[in-house]
Amino acid sequence: MSTDSWSPYILTFVTFAPLVGALLLMLFPRRDRDIRIFSLVFSLLTFLLSLHLPVHFRRAVTGFQYEIDRSWISTPNIHYHMGMDGISLWLVLLTTFLTPLCVLISWKSVHDRVKEFFIILLILETALIGVFTSLDLFLFYFFWEATLIPMALLIGIFGHERKVYAAAKFFMYTMIASVFMLAAILWLYAKTGTFNFVTIRDQIASHQLAGFPGAAQWLFLGFFLAFAVKVPLFPFHTWLPDAHVEAPTAGSVLLAGVLLKMGTYGMLRFNLGLFPEQAHNNASWIMTLALIGIIYGALVAMVQPNLKKLIAYSSVSHLGFVVLGIFSFTQAGLNGAMFVMLAHGISTGGLFMLAGILHERRHTYEISEFGGVASPMPVYATSFLFIVLASLGLPLLNGFIGEFLVLSGAFEARAIYGILGGAGYLLWMYQRVFFGKVTNPINNSMRDMIGFEKAAVWPCALAALVMGVAPILWLGAIDPAVQDALAPPVTHAVSKVVGQ
Amino acid sequence: MMANLNLWLIPVLPLAGAAINGFLGKKSSRRAVSVVGLVFSGASFAWALSVVLRVSAESLPYQEFFAHWIRSGAFTVDFAFYLDQLSLVMLLVVTGVGFLIHIYSVGYMWDDPGYYRFFTYLNLFMFFMLTLVLANNYLMMFIGWEGVGLASYLLIGFWFTKDSAASAGKKAFIVNRIGDFGFLIALFLIIQNYHSLDFTKVFAQVQLLSPETSGAGLLTTIGILLMVGACGKSAQIPLYVWLPDAMEGPTPVSALIHAATMVTAGVYMVSRSHVIFERAPTALMIVAVIGALTAFFAATIGVTQTDIKKVLAYSTVSQLGYMFMACGVGAFSAGIFHLMTHAFFKGLLFLAAGSVIHAVGGEQDMRKMGGLRKQIPWTFWTMTAGTLAISGIPGLAGFFSKDAILWRSYQASWVYWLVGLITAFITSFYMFRLWFLTFFGEYRGEAAAGHGHADHSAQADHSRGSHGGIHESPRVMLIPLAILAILSVVGGYVGVPGSLGGNNRFDQYLGPVFHSTLPAASEHAPGEKGASERQTQGPEPKSEASTELLFTAISVAAALLGFGLAWLFYYRNPNLPERMAASLAGLYQTVSHKYYVDELYAALFVKPLITGSTSILWQGVDRKVIDDTVNNAAEGARHVSDEVRQMQSGNLRSYAGWIAAGSAAVIAFMIWMGVR
Repeated sequence: MSTDSWSPYILTFVTFAPLVGALLLMLFPRRDRDIRIFSLVFSLLTFLLSLHLPVHFRRAVTGFQYEIDRSWISTPNIHYHMGMDGISLWLVLLTTFLTPLCVLISWKSVHDRVKEFFIILLILETALIGVFTSLDLFLFYFFWEATLIPMALLIGIFGHERKVYAAAKFFMYTMIASVFMLAAILWLYAKTGTFNFVTIRDQIASHQLAGFPGAAQWLFLGFFLAFAVKVPLFPFHTWLPDAHVEAPTAGSVLLAGVLLKMGTYGMLRFNLGLFPEQAHNNASWIMTLALIGIIYGALVAMVQPNLKKLIAYSSVSHLGFVVLGIFSFTQAGLNGAMFVMLAHGISTGGLFMLAGILHERRHTYEISEFGGVASPMPVYATSFLFIVLASLGLPLLNGFIGEFLVLSGAFEARAIYGILGGAGYLLWMYQRVFFGKVTNPINNSMRDMIGFEKAAVWPCALAALVMGVAPILWLGAIDPAVQDALAPPVTHAVSKVVGQ
Repeated sequence: MMANLNLWLIPVLPLAGAAINGFLGKKSSRRAVSVVGLVFSGASFAWALSVVLRVSAESLPYQEFFAHWIRSGAFTVDFAFYLDQLSLVMLLVVTGVGFLIHIYSVGYMWDDPGYYRFFTYLNLFMFFMLTLVLANNYLMMFIGWEGVGLASYLLIGFWFTKDSAASAGKKAFIVNRIGDFGFLIALFLIIQNYHSLDFTKVFAQVQLLSPETSGAGLLTTIGILLMVGACGKSAQIPLYVWLPDAMEGPTPVSALIHAATMVTAGVYMVSRSHVIFERAPTALMIVAVIGALTAFFAATIGVTQTDIKKVLAYSTVSQLGYMFMACGVGAFSAGIFHLMTHAFFKGLLFLAAGSVIHAVGGEQDMRKMGGLRKQIPWTFWTMTAGTLAISGIPGLAGFFSKDAILWRSYQASWVYWLVGLITAFITSFYMFRLWFLTFFGEYRGEAAAGHGHADHSAQADHSRGSHGGIHESPRVMLIPLAILAILSVVGGYVGVPGSLGGNNRFDQYLGPVFHSTLPAASEHAPGEKGASERQTQGPEPKSEASTELLFTAISVAAALLGFGLAWLFYYRNPNLPERMAASLAGLYQTVSHKYYVDELYAALFVKPLITGSTSILWQGVDRKVIDDTVNNAAEGARHVSDEVRQMQSGNLRSYAGWIAAGSAAVIAFMIWMGVR
């Protein structure tokens, strides 16, 4: 037992702190400035609170920590069951880290319905954290769907020209896919009478589940489809570019930074955790899709005329690495997959913020509108380059570590084309936006980064550097968790007995 | 045990300089920026020198652990440093030449508005290059490898408002990344088979293997892949195309990065991996063939170039080919010897060329120079030393190292030797061509030199030129020139071969590193110190020494022939080249257009990639196939999306309603399930 008396409640505090903030905001008068400050303070407090998690996390211990399990509804048998391992730990931290930055980057760029915007943002944060901390399948599904609505609202209300189309596409796509996961969850409940992830996992592992062998493949696919659309895995990716282009900056940051990782987290936790045998059986075609996505995403990103679409397709490529790593079933592959998730969250989040800064000034994302921007905006250009280098996998920055580990684990040489492509499309885009002479005179009068923007982007740059130089700080917790996830199913049952 | 050498200081000092100038340089005076840039790179050089004085041969190789970097399961990679005779030589070359070029840059870049940026990048380059050299494992070497690529990208594109400069920077980075493709796969193969990337651990396992005789073995594959990486960084066929374009960067950059240090990283990497290559004869042969081909091929292009820096660029590609040829025939120490002398004389030649360009106000076209020896005597004399050295005139640095390579190549195969010899002749020809065109005859530039807006003077790079006519460079530029000139003259005496009465101390010094690790050759127990014996061959028989002498005479003759021909063409009878070019128009055009390789690559790779990605993948697969399928499928559900549209009222009650309704539906469904 932990000596730390907070432990059973800390996850509840972290998860719902933003929601409390949102509720308080509802009572606020419509004074935009106060609303912004309040949102910033609250999201920062949530971040500080969440720092408790890695500080008190026991790295050597496998299994779930900070666990809380209370009966919530007796029929059906739903529990308020939360817990955290080395896999979910950093995804929660990623969420709490990015949210205050989203508040900052929205400071000046959101001026209509400010109150609604920040309320939605904070609700979204709670939903995202909930996805990563839930250990009750019903609770998980609840949070999973709950992320959908605030995100669709962010796109639909605060987005750009074709926002309604994009919001609807996003909503429909992911909603429909989730139904299959719901069916799978309900099947499991019907057979086991519980939504408890750990119980279900152990029952499956010890072959106590009647009818499971016949249904296993369908259950696996039910979960997988929901996750694959969210990731998005090729060929389920076409909602992503549209959603990003129309989304407001903060929406894009959380969408790319955290929301997509719900999919890869799900694969790791449920597809691998519950159905290891099916995961092995299906690995070959999944890895093929991942590989196609890596190369395809890079190639299509290269020819995008729109900055945000370019970054969106680059996400398809990067997330392909994650899937590749997960289904390699190697220690290095899974460590790498986890690290790519985090690194991509930081650097792509940063890239979307930077794109937003440009949009703020010119109201366009078309790359051809720019050129020579490095001259009027040197600080911005340098910050942008830094994040670009992180994203294209320069050693000592965060992008490299994860992709290196994935590749050394998956040993899929063709995936390196994705890294090659990354250098290509990012540097070409960078050249067209920043280098040369200023072709469009309006660009000469663009203001360099202002304080809020620096405060939003620079933490990402710093995080990219620290993660690249000292990845061991993160891997220390990931490594044992991954080892546990890879362990043959029988050991789970044993370790559980030992742990009790 | 020996005292802690604190090797980490050597790379970290320039990093500190880069950080200070990067963050504070913009608001500091030029003087302050110079002080920071010079002090930190100079301190790094000083520390490297102190290391040389403190280590003894017995204590090498020396390792220094700094911190764990990556840990995944049982696999770890550390930040750790490795010092042996090879890295010591590299250390001195990099910090020494690097420091001199820092000094030179103070004069050359003084008027540039990006002065602080320049020194930031230059110091950053030093950090990465020294990391590369001191790495104790392949991944840390890869940090340096990629990092110098970044510095190169930043410095080639230093005058980024110029499109050609920006493009050249990008091209350099991407072509290098193509090479990295091979490097990375090699690393993965090493991890998979040897479970480590530490040099000592990997080589200890490789040493137990006997040489592969077939071409398809693991070590052969690793060797070839490593060479692919080396081809990118060291500009060898087929990946050399970025280096000539890299001349868009300021001239000190060309000298430091694209001649003396970074481009030699591939040679260093191959030499570092000699244990692998020695057991992979096929891979080694590929190294030699690529080196020989590149040496010859690039030299021929050099003959037709009119831009003074482009001549030197192709010359660099060619000389790097020489080094690879040496490695490929197993003469690693000869390759490193040439690497060192080349750093002296090519660094010198570039800096002197910069001084010429500076003098004539930014002009780089040799056809518009001529007769400059009187106006810029210091530049002339130092450049003469460099030209003599690279041409292989006896007694100068290049002579000894080139001779060593030619001799060892001959021992492997007379073909290598012949290619090397012809290349030596062409080298001497184009270098004296450059020399005559620049310094002799009549001045062919505009009457009032100094308004030069040719090429990269757009950034007021050489605004000093506008102060008046042709003028000698300031002392801060001439001193580094003089020092490098001295090194180009005497630098070869560390490696005088036995046939000329020396005992090739350089070769002996590197002996412990390259001591053949092949099982057949190692009669001694592994722990025994091999310092006392010659690593490559026993004492030469008398007859062989006289053969060697004969070959030396032949290569000297080739160099003199090159000089004579250049004299005839570009001094005695200046009309001759044009007539020659006219009568061989087809060949001349092909060569002067660099064999149309750039155009070929564009047509074969770049264009298909872009049009294919646009019209097939994006517009085709993404839009037509996937999106239309989904949209058609969703057609039936279109009215649902109409309802979704209602949602965007922003009304929180309707939002809460959605969650409630959704949850209710789910729970209802479940209860229904439960009832059944």
